[in-house]
Amino acid sequence: MPYLEFLTTYSSRFIDGTLMTLGQFGLAALVAIAAALVSGLMKMAHSKTVRAIAVVYIEIFRGTSLLVQLYWFYFVLPLFGFTLEKFTVGFLTVGLCYGAYGAELVRGAIQSVPRGQWEAALALNMSPAKRMQRIILPQALVAILPPWGNLMIEILKGTALVALISVADLMFETRQVNNNTYLSAQAFGTALIIYYIFARFMVTPVMRWLERVMARKIGRT
Amino acid sequence: MKNSINHDLSQYPLKLEGDHVPMVRFQNVTKKYGSLVVLDGLNLDVAEGEMVTIIGPSGSGKTTVLRMLMTLETIDSGVIYVDGEPLTHMEKNGRLVRANAAHLRLIRSKIGMCFQHFNLFPHMTALGNCVEGPMQVLGLSKREAEERALELLDLVGMADKRDQHPSRLSGGQQQRVAIARALAMRPKVMLFDEVTSALDPEVISEVTGVIRGLVDQHNLTMLMVTHQIGFAREISDRICLFFDGKIEEQGSPERLLDNPQNERTQQFLSAVLEAN
Amino acid sequence: MADWKFNFTWEILPRLLLAAGNTILAAGGGYAVAVVLGLVLVLAQRTRSRTLTFIVRELVEFIRSTPLLLQIFFIFYVGPQFGLRLSPWAAGLIAIGLHYAAYLSEVYRGGIESVPKGQWEAARAINLSTVTTYRRIIIPQALPPALAGMGNYLVGIFKDTPMLSVIGVAELMHTANSIGAENFRYLEPYTIVGLIFLAISLPTAWLIRRFETALRRKMGLTR
Repeated sequence: MPYLEFLTTYSSRFIDGTLMTLGQFGLAALVAIAAALVSGLMKMAHSKTVRAIAVVYIEIFRGTSLLVQLYWFYFVLPLFGFTLEKFTVGFLTVGLCYGAYGAELVRGAIQSVPRGQWEAALALNMSPAKRMQRIILPQALVAILPPWGNLMIEILKGTALVALISVADLMFETRQVNNNTYLSAQAFGTALIIYYIFARFMVTPVMRWLERVMARKIGRT
Repeated sequence: MKNSINHDLSQYPLKLEGDHVPMVRFQNVTKKYGSLVVLDGLNLDVAEGEMVTIIGPSGSGKTTVLRMLMTLETIDSGVIYVDGEPLTHMEKNGRLVRANAAHLRLIRSKIGMCFQHFNLFPHMTALGNCVEGPMQVLGLSKREAEERALELLDLVGMADKRDQHPSRLSGGQQQRVAIARALAMRPKVMLFDEVTSALDPEVISEVTGVIRGLVDQHNLTMLMVTHQIGFAREISDRICLFFDGKIEEQGSPERLLDNPQNERTQQFLSAVLEAN
Repeated sequence: MADWKFNFTWEILPRLLLAAGNTILAAGGGYAVAVVLGLVLVLAQRTRSRTLTFIVRELVEFIRSTPLLLQIFFIFYVGPQFGLRLSPWAAGLIAIGLHYAAYLSEVYRGGIESVPKGQWEAARAINLSTVTTYRRIIIPQALPPALAGMGNYLVGIFKDTPMLSVIGVAELMHTANSIGAENFRYLEPYTIVGLIFLAISLPTAWLIRRFETALRRKMGLTR
């Protein structure tokens, strides 16, 4: 079957899968950002307990495999009374996993803000919360965007694993097409191209654009 | 050396012959960066054993002269000769063509260079830096290379620091090791590119002392770019003032420094004197 | 509510530990391929041929932008479509090796580009050949900054081995799945697998940090 015919025949499968992947990606990214912010800030807290909780979260999710985490949350968590839809398990696990990596980026970015900024905010008698919100975080944001861009691509690639807990994303649909047609090169090749287009021509440019916007906002051209 | 303008090479000799062949000859050498002309049809001869200092304002092309001789930059037109043989070109079927990598390496062995920022290999000791070239390139045994290196380190007054890494040495000490490293390759031509510009004033004399010693003891041909006019006067056979990629004026130190003929030379010298 | 069955745990532990050996083998083999291939990829981007540089550059970007799982499927299934049969182990090692070679080539590139330009010039000034310059001057200085990244990816490869279970490689995930399916109990197998991963990756990460500091000190680089 020539490639064009292949594409038109199975386009609906690929499109459905792509939409599911985008959904998983978007939600996982939000979870990751939230988890990274919370745990990154917790890791810099004064209280030892607070720091410890963050460290445990980070080390567990960074020290184990995403696939193992997915299986564990899908098959084992219900035994403890928490049964979640596989769609939810998907983006939640991917988000928590990469959020743990993001925590380190958050910490690094906040620490890269010059000491003088903290002191100036203190001299103006700002509360810690206000100081963080108005002065530190905006500046940290610029520092964090470049490595975060790489992390976003990792999240996109990570969502492919949710196919293994039967979430009908692009990976899942591609495998179905392969099982039906045995045209592996066409099936997997198409999926590779779709992921590549999203990563290289959508995620990366958006992140770069964000970098420029943030830099302009804090006065750096 | 790929991106070049094809020009007529037949006007250039395949070899320099006769009595008093210059050790270094720049013949009609031009170098451009895009549309910026850095060297403009330069003609310069340096005789064997001569000590030539190049001075001039920044952007005049003086460092480029050294870098092209060391093959760190490519040539756009003209030919550079070293010890009678073309450096930037080579003979093929009785004609001159652009030199290939092998030819460059062959002629390059006659030239040594010391840099403004020393560029010592940080992961090797002073001795290690000095034996690297002799062992890897000249094929000397470890014993032979170390013998030669120790001799040279002694010459520059760094023998006792031979097992130190560059990070433990001061700027002046590092530069002296760098000189020993270059000399270990037994070059015929030594190039000094602003070798004291990155040093604290107190240690400049350490390095100039070594260079002075080289002038007296060895029949080395030397080209030096420097801002140290006083030192240049003391040891140079000839001083060249560069301006806009060309030699504005040249002559013996007394002639050029005390009796400059051209207006631009006079302007430059008075500006330099004022700065000091 | 789940309760932990210790009898079951001891029963399945030997099988899981054996599988852990396979996991380590797969990770080690994949890493070895990646270390060498990564060097090839980065050097191919530093030749004078602009075509080669472009092709390799795009290839590296492509590999880094697409999921490893998909690449594993591709390599395993596309071969037979054209008559070349690859064993699960072979396909797995090639896929992981290629994927991480792309990442390592970027790490190497960062290390090489961090070596000051003056080092290249000094090497040329004493007439070292290109090969010798890389071997004796550039790579030794490129290594310490590259080691952090290299170590991270070693741990990363190890954690990615479960993906090989989908093409039938009998590593930890595959074995845990089998045990779970055979006994209808997933709590112990999956939890133990998680713990085994932690037990291997955390000390490895710690060791790598220590190795990097020691190497930096030994080479006299104070940075």
